[in-house]
Amino acid sequence: MQTRFSYGGDEHIFAEVADSMSLEAFFKGLFVTNAVRDARIKGVTEICPANASYQVKFDPDQIKPDDLLAELKQLDSASETSAPVIKTRIIEIPVLYNDPWTHETLMRFRERHQDPTGTDLEYAARINGLDGVDAFIKAHSSAPWFVSMVGFVAGLPFLYQMVERQRQIQAPKYLRPRTDTPKLTVGHGGCFSCIYSVRGAGGYQMFGITPMPIYDPNQKISYLRDFMCLFKPGDIVKWKPIDRPAYDAAVADVDAGRFAPIIRDVSFSLTEFNNDIDAYNRKLEGVLHGH
Amino acid sequence: MAIKVLKPGLATTVQDLGRPGYYHIGIPLSGGMDRHALAAANLLVGNEEGAAVLEAVFMGPELEFTDDTLVAITGAELPPKLDGEPRETWTSFKVKRGQKLSFDFLKQGARGYIAIAGGIDVPLVLGSRSTYALGALGGFKGRKLEAGDELPIGKTSAAVKDGRTVAKNLRGLPAAMPMELRVMPGLYWHRITEAAGIGFFGDTWKVAPEADRIGYRFKGGKPLEFVPREPPFGAGSDPSNITDACYPYGSIQVPGGTEPIVLHRDAVSGGGYFMVGTVIAADMDLIGQLQPNTPVKFVKVAMDEALAARKSRTELLGKLRSALA
Repeated sequence: MQTRFSYGGDEHIFAEVADSMSLEAFFKGLFVTNAVRDARIKGVTEICPANASYQVKFDPDQIKPDDLLAELKQLDSASETSAPVIKTRIIEIPVLYNDPWTHETLMRFRERHQDPTGTDLEYAARINGLDGVDAFIKAHSSAPWFVSMVGFVAGLPFLYQMVERQRQIQAPKYLRPRTDTPKLTVGHGGCFSCIYSVRGAGGYQMFGITPMPIYDPNQKISYLRDFMCLFKPGDIVKWKPIDRPAYDAAVADVDAGRFAPIIRDVSFSLTEFNNDIDAYNRKLEGVLHGH
Repeated sequence: MAIKVLKPGLATTVQDLGRPGYYHIGIPLSGGMDRHALAAANLLVGNEEGAAVLEAVFMGPELEFTDDTLVAITGAELPPKLDGEPRETWTSFKVKRGQKLSFDFLKQGARGYIAIAGGIDVPLVLGSRSTYALGALGGFKGRKLEAGDELPIGKTSAAVKDGRTVAKNLRGLPAAMPMELRVMPGLYWHRITEAAGIGFFGDTWKVAPEADRIGYRFKGGKPLEFVPREPPFGAGSDPSNITDACYPYGSIQVPGGTEPIVLHRDAVSGGGYFMVGTVIAADMDLIGQLQPNTPVKFVKVAMDEALAARKSRTELLGKLRSALA
C-alpha cells in the first residue's frame, strides 16, 4: 500500500491509504492518525481517520504546508512496521430488524429504490444470494463489525463486517437519496453498515432500528454524559437481534435512565484475526458475555 | 437583558467563529459563513470579534429589545429598520428598551450578521455558541430561531459609541460578476478526463436553489466525464463513488459528475463521493454571500496563490481591527 497525498486547499492534507476498503488500510490510517496526534505538531487542528484514508486540517499561518506534508509522509511510512494490535472496546447493539418505522419509511420512498416491489431486507437478501430475510439477518448479525469511520453527521459510525471479503454483505445505495430516515436506523450501503445518529436524509438500505441512543447533544443519557458521541474509530460492534417486546422494554429503560449498554475492553490483533476469522470472532463474543 | 424574537426570518441562527476539534466524529466547525462580516459586526458594538451574533439568511427576523443597547448589522445588504425608521448597515446604532428591529427586503448578498453589545449568551457547547442544526447542537436549543424565543444577552465589556462605520474597502464583499471562486484542484481530480477538467474551469456555473450552511450546489456547466475504472471494493458502482472518506471544508464533490457541491461551515464530514478540488480558505466567506442563480466561475490556483490570498484576507481583517480599535 502506497499512500497517495493531496492538498485539500490551503488548510487540509488528504491521504488515501488505498482506493479499496480493507482492514489493513483502515488499521494503517488509524495508526498514522494516532502517531500524528502523539506528535503534537504545531498548527494541526483536526485529525480525522476514515475507512481507508485520513485527513489532517492545519493552519498554514503556523506551519508551512510543505513542512507538514513532509512530516506526515514520514509518519505514514514509519507506521508500516507497526504491529497491527489495538486496545479497543466491543459494544453490543440491540437491533429490531424489519421494524415498523423503517418499513413505513422505505414504503414511502419506494419509487427511489432498485426494487419497488419488495423491501430493503428482501432486496439485500436476494442480491447477496441469501435464502430470505431470516437468513439475511443471521448473516448480518452473526459476525462482529469494525467502526472504521465516524462522521458524515455527528457520531454516525461506518461499520465494516469482520468476515472474508467473499462473505461480506454488499448493497448499492438507493437510486436517489431519501429525504427522511428514522433516527437510529441500521442502514447499509456498499460494504458498510451504519447507524443513523440523527433523523434526516440518507441513501443506505434500511434493515432495522436500535433502541440504544448513540448521540445525545444534551448529554442526559447515562453512558453519553462524559461525551455526546458513543463511537470512536476502532470500536467493535456486535449486533443482537431482538423482538418487539425487548425493543419496547429497552426504549422504556432508556427513557427511565436504566439502560446499561454492554461495553467491554478488548485487544484486537489483525494477524490472529486473519489466521482464523471465525474462531477469533467467537473469542470476541466471549469477551462480550464474560466467558 | 434579552431580545424577544417576534418573527424568526427564514433560517436565523446563533453563530460565532465555530467549534474546531470534533470533525473526526462528524461534528463540523459551524460558525458564521462570512467570518469577516461576523467579526466586523462584533467590533462595531465593542464585542470580542468572535462573540455570538445572529446570522440571518435572505430575510431578516423581527426582534424586540428588553433594554437599551448598541446594535450593528453587517454582511448582506439587508436594510435594518428601528420602529420602522431606516438605519444603515455596517454602522452601529443605539436601540432603546421596547424598540423593535425589523428588516427590509434583501438588496445584495445572502447573509446578514446582527451583533448586539454583550453578545448572545447561549451556553457554550464544546467550546462554542454556534448552532449545528443537523446535530441539534449548540446555539439556541440546537435549532434556528422561532417566534416567541427569548435570547439572553451577555454583559457589555466596554462601552463604545454609536455611529461608527466600516468603510466600503474594509467589508471584504464580492465585487466582480461573475463571481470568481479560486480552487486548488486535487483530491480525486484524476478521476475525470482532461477535457472534463478544462470544462470545469472554463464553464460558467450558477448557484442552485439547494444552497445552505452544509453546502452550496452549482449547476449549468457540462457534466464531467470520468476516466474508466474497475470499481474498487467498498466504493460503489457509480463512477463518482469512492470508498467513503473525509471531506475537506470547501471541497467540491460532484455526485454523478453533474452538479458540483462546495461544502461549507456545517459540512458533512465525510462520504462516498469523489471531489475535484477545494475552494481556498480566503474565498469561503464570499460563498456565504452568494444568492441562488448567481453566475460563478471556478478559477484554478496553486498553493502559493492560495497562501497569498490568505495573507491579503488576514491583512484586511487587520485593517478592520485598527479602524475599529
